[in-house]
Amino acid sequence: MNNKKDVKGFLEFVYEFYKSMKAHEITLIYEGEITHQITKAFTSLTESNMSKDDEPNSVQRKVFHVMVECLQNISKHADDFTSSDYLFSGRGIFLVSKGDNEYSVTTGNAVENDKIEYLTELLENINKMEKDELKELYKRQMKEGRLSEKGGAGLGFIDIKRKTGKELEYHFLPISDDTSFFLLTSTISRSEL
Amino acid sequence: METIKIQGTEDTPKIILDAENEIMEISGRSLPEDVSSFYEPVINWLNEYAENPNKKTIINFKLTYFNTASSKLLLDILMKLEEMHEKGHDVLIRWHYPEDDEDMEEAGEEYADIVDVPFEQVAYS
Repeated sequence: MNNKKDVKGFLEFVYEFYKSMKAHEITLIYEGEITHQITKAFTSLTESNMSKDDEPNSVQRKVFHVMVECLQNISKHADDFTSSDYLFSGRGIFLVSKGDNEYSVTTGNAVENDKIEYLTELLENINKMEKDELKELYKRQMKEGRLSEKGGAGLGFIDIKRKTGKELEYHFLPISDDTSFFLLTSTISRSEL
Repeated sequence: METIKIQGTEDTPKIILDAENEIMEISGRSLPEDVSSFYEPVINWLNEYAENPNKKTIINFKLTYFNTASSKLLLDILMKLEEMHEKGHDVLIRWHYPEDDEDMEEAGEEYADIVDVPFEQVAYS
């Protein structure tokens, strides 16, 4: 960006980006490696914003829960790509938006195509379950499931659905022949249940 | 036996395991970076304690938040206590939850369903 025109173009892009963030009511956006430090920083930032806004405790707790599980999903499950590809392990995008009626937490990360079927089945299954079924599934998975090497318990999606009471929306977009971008959105109602 | 005292942080709970003074407590927030290694000393301590426990064992859980990975490790701890109870030892679990936190209350109910051990729910404000 040596020449003035490029700089101007870039700054205009930044302004467009800013406007677009405002239009979508995005309060936090991040792209990069999701580490434990990042998880702590984002949750505490969002927490202090919510308490400044006098958000009810129950809403604050739910947003906190969903954020932690979503961030840990990426840090623990984002696929290991050994190549120098930018889509390597533990990376992804993370964003939080705040609308009049709800918060939404969205993550995006690369996954290998052969995981799509499994993830779809898992999410569809959780989405169609009622409260009591989810409770039984959580209990069973907690008892019988094992922690993965990275510390995942296979409970995150179930927990999100239970805490929010809303279906998890997801989408896979092709990146290459072997990989796709996995997007997941959870919404948390701002009115107390 | 050795006493375990771990100060709570923003992502790890405060833990006191003191057999001599009969104080056992896990409180605060639990979302450690590595749950298994964080809770390993607790499980080890309980294994040793279970060999020769006090006449009565009361353990207090007063968590304000725990992530799903921690929920699995908490169950491991509770199952250790269940084992002691099965062997005829006097064990009581006190599950403290903020009175306005239904999810934490429900989490206690769920654990009480899974493990067969005297379980008391205590609401606090």
